[in-house]
Amino acid sequence: MIEYLQHLGKNTRTSFTKLGRGTYFLIQTVTGITSVLLRPRLLLNQMYSVGVLSFLIITISGLFVGMVLGLQGYYILSDFGAEETLGVMVAASLVRELGPVVAALLFAGRAGSALTAEIGLMKATEQLSGMEMMAVDPIKRIITPRFLAGFLSMPLLAALFSAVGIIGGQIVGSGLLGVDEGAYWSQMQAKIDFQDDILNGIIKSIVFGFVASWIALFEGYDAIPTSEGVSRATTRTVVNSAFSILGLDFILTALMFGDN
Amino acid sequence: MQHTRTQDTIVGLFVASGIVGLFFLAMQVSNLSSFTNQDSYTITARFENSGGLKVKSPVSAAGVKIGRVSAISFDPKTYQSVVHLNIDAQYNTLPDDTTASIFTSGLLGEQYISLEAGGSDDFLKQGGKIEITQSAIILEKALGQFLFKSTEEKK
Repeated sequence: MIEYLQHLGKNTRTSFTKLGRGTYFLIQTVTGITSVLLRPRLLLNQMYSVGVLSFLIITISGLFVGMVLGLQGYYILSDFGAEETLGVMVAASLVRELGPVVAALLFAGRAGSALTAEIGLMKATEQLSGMEMMAVDPIKRIITPRFLAGFLSMPLLAALFSAVGIIGGQIVGSGLLGVDEGAYWSQMQAKIDFQDDILNGIIKSIVFGFVASWIALFEGYDAIPTSEGVSRATTRTVVNSAFSILGLDFILTALMFGDN
Repeated sequence: MQHTRTQDTIVGLFVASGIVGLFFLAMQVSNLSSFTNQDSYTITARFENSGGLKVKSPVSAAGVKIGRVSAISFDPKTYQSVVHLNIDAQYNTLPDDTTASIFTSGLLGEQYISLEAGGSDDFLKQGGKIEITQSAIILEKALGQFLFKSTEEKK
């Protein structure tokens, strides 16, 4: 019993210590932003590996998610003779929820795990301590550009996901199933509000991009510098990012869409 | 360096496509393009029961949307529902004996306010009141009355 309590106490303390280290790491990263803005080349390279390389998986997944929504929505809505509102259903679910959330989950899987592995290996091969020896701050040189790239790419990727998904829903809905194309768009435009729906979706994706990049970079930076440690850190990145994205999504949805 | 230049182009394309996506969402998907902060004036109407009417519900005349519901409140003195209607300024020739009714679009659709013009020569202005109103039809009430009537007839 005592042993169990000791174990519990130790675990709690370790997790709080880790949270504290993570916060300290985040503060250091954010304060490095000014020095990165002076060297945009670093940021551009990371935008390429974080954003551009996630482009394909995001657009293709978006297309298929939109097509599935069109198909499933059609079957349910046609029972009520309300196929015309298919556009509203597809657009609202993509813009409010699926766009930011699924894009962020894919981002965590595609870019987040790569970031963790990259930084974990840099640590394992002592490149980070090498930089410190040369009086180069590894946080400013390595971490902050990647953080900023993830933070900036995420809203763009989520918007692309939603846009491609809405087109996918239109392809299936009015191309294959015969919903009137004019009704698909006009009902959507009548019901989707720029501020309530689209802007809130963008805010969500910004928050998710922030959290997913933070977790990925911190897990890499905090990894035990062995091959096993790096592999564990990569797993933790994906698991923790997924948890935080979905949990935060619930909180943000309750805050944003609660009053109507 | 050739390599970084193509990389720059690709990153540029990526950012541009993201912005195009955002633009598409703003213009094609949402109502931003038709959202013009036009001048409007507010009139109020009192209903015995405003049913499922909501803020932002459409206000139409002869089937054409001419405004929106801007606020709904309860008057604790008269026990009525006070509905504020925002009417586009271009439709400033509504007679002051206009009637307002709450209808439902379709069987299960959302509720809206329909204005029917009267014959008066005076027009409704900012802060004007609609005197003649017809409340929302509550389905349960109507069904109850119908059932009550049919059992009366059987006796």
